[in-house]
Amino acid sequence: MKKILSLLALVLVISGLAACSAEEEGTAETIKIGVNLELTGDVSVYGIPERYAFEQAVEEVNAAGGIDGKLVELVIYDNAYDQAKAVQNTEKLIEDGVVAILGSATSGMTLAIAPLAKDNGLVVFTPSGTNSAVTMDGTVVNPWAFRACFIDPFQGQVLANFASKDLAATKAVVMVNSGSEYSKELARIFEEQFNKNGGTVVQTASYADADTDYKASLTSIATQEFDVLFVADYAKNAGLIIGQARSTSGLETVAIIGPDGFEDPKLNDLAGGAANVNNVFFSTHFSTLSDDTQVSDFVASHAAFTKAKYGKEEVPSALTALAYDAAYMLFKAIDNADSTDPAAIRDALEALESFDGVTGDISFDEFHNAVKPAFLIELSNGAPVKATIVNP
Amino acid sequence: MLEFLNQIINGLSLGSIYALVALGYTMVYGIIRLINFAHGEIYMFGAFAGMLAITVLRLPFFFALIFAMVVSALLGVFIERVAYKPLRKSSKTAALITAIGISFLLQNLTAMIMGNNTSAFPQVFDKQVYDLGGVQINSLQVLIFVVTIILMFLLQFIVLKTKLGRAMRAVAVDKDASVLMGVNVDNTITITFAIGSALAAAAGVLIGLYHIRVVFWMGTAPGLKAFVAAVFGGIGSIPGAMIGGFAIGLMEALVAGYGGTLISPYRDAVVYMLLIFVLLVKPSGLLGKNVKEKV
Repeated sequence: MKKILSLLALVLVISGLAACSAEEEGTAETIKIGVNLELTGDVSVYGIPERYAFEQAVEEVNAAGGIDGKLVELVIYDNAYDQAKAVQNTEKLIEDGVVAILGSATSGMTLAIAPLAKDNGLVVFTPSGTNSAVTMDGTVVNPWAFRACFIDPFQGQVLANFASKDLAATKAVVMVNSGSEYSKELARIFEEQFNKNGGTVVQTASYADADTDYKASLTSIATQEFDVLFVADYAKNAGLIIGQARSTSGLETVAIIGPDGFEDPKLNDLAGGAANVNNVFFSTHFSTLSDDTQVSDFVASHAAFTKAKYGKEEVPSALTALAYDAAYMLFKAIDNADSTDPAAIRDALEALESFDGVTGDISFDEFHNAVKPAFLIELSNGAPVKATIVNP
Repeated sequence: MLEFLNQIINGLSLGSIYALVALGYTMVYGIIRLINFAHGEIYMFGAFAGMLAITVLRLPFFFALIFAMVVSALLGVFIERVAYKPLRKSSKTAALITAIGISFLLQNLTAMIMGNNTSAFPQVFDKQVYDLGGVQINSLQVLIFVVTIILMFLLQFIVLKTKLGRAMRAVAVDKDASVLMGVNVDNTITITFAIGSALAAAAGVLIGLYHIRVVFWMGTAPGLKAFVAAVFGGIGSIPGAMIGGFAIGLMEALVAGYGGTLISPYRDAVVYMLLIFVLLVKPSGLLGKNVKEKV
């Protein structure tokens, strides 16, 4: 009897505590938007700038009176580039009563949370997840998943076309990370398009995600005749590959191209110094080299915002710009929907046309992918020297 | 032919690192029959220590190397005293599980303290590439070879020619008899851990310099492969660990270089399959002796 009573007491206490801690639905005065980002971990360099962008957008929109008179509030969780944590965060956000979710920065994490968002009827809007499966639910589109960026198939094509036309390449070597969906898809699309352009991929070298030694693969690659080396990976591996390639005989000056994963302030360090980063090209979503006034205004306002809030002026990266556009697109959708009902917001977001963002003119195709231009950046001595716009 | 020679050079530099780490495994196993799974994390700790010594303490490279070795030796000794010594009378399983626990603890502590994203080891040397008739070797690879060979000679000297070395060999053969012979077993074990950890730290610093990327999970794969190397060469045998390390390094380089699209991504799997093969065919490894335990 005593045991049952004490057990009952325990249950009552716990449920009492749980009731206290459960958040209320967004009050009449604020609109809660959830943020699920890689704020720590291997790719925090992608999550942190997106956070700054979201915060800047919220500060700006609240200063102008909010949306329909209601202020926007961000609920931010860190997934540390871990799928289990990303899912946990989404569950917490659902409990917190958010009306939509911004994030994650990477395809891997967004893929993990999209099904959960769909089952619970919340928009999940990734600024930068480029893997084609992110907005899909099997073979049909996931009605609740959206992205503000182009997809990897587009990126892969852009890179292959750049290699064939701008670099006049007829032979390529592809290095692919066998542990990354991002890498594998890019490599596949690049090869398809490169073949279509009349080129041939003379060798494909695979490696594992945790590898640091690429000398063996590079030595083997150096025996081939080819014009361009495509490294389909994030800077954490691509940086090492660039550095090791530059000290492998035969590969010191070969053109190296890569996807938006190259955009990382650590790229030069990981490559062993800016002097190794020459004749390196990568595709991305944004460039501060653009002469659009919207871009230069954003660069200035972002520097001011980060200086005021974090004490340090930040230059917006592609992901900062994408996140900024994603936030404003969501605000516009909420405004157009005239409601904080997640389903109404979803419909309004889907209906957005020709949104004029800092990353270009954005519309959604039938798979909720953004149709917009890409930028091809050339790095010389570790710094961007040229940006070419490639329209869809 | 040239490509083959270049792959040999790649394999030998990789192998030097595995050899240095394998030595720690083999020495500890030889002396207390424990497979110290936390050893890979000492390697990672050494890399961070070396990096911090250069960036924060502004030490020149060789002083940073020695600093990292000393600090890691202290860490190794601390772990031995706190985690393994109390379990010397317990079952082997308890000690093994503790070792795995320490491994996770060190990884997560490092992630908490140093952050969980990658850091770049400062490039304090200009990489020169030497071309010897088509065979390429760069100055960092030379540095790795030279440091590894010096450390191995030092170790062999200590083990074969000093009183301490004799004590280590005695405890490895028969702990109880060594006590009777007046050997301070506790101190000998402690010093063995210290030396093993110092070697792993040296490997970590060299890899940090060579491959640049330093991150809290960098010790897992090399730790496992060095373990395979130690088993392959004969666990408990110091020359065995050296040979095993170079053998594994060469195997990895050759598989990655010549495996083609089908096999080269699986070069890690090939190394681990070797472990299974060795355990099935000759568990005592190349140079190990088949010691029957007396009941």
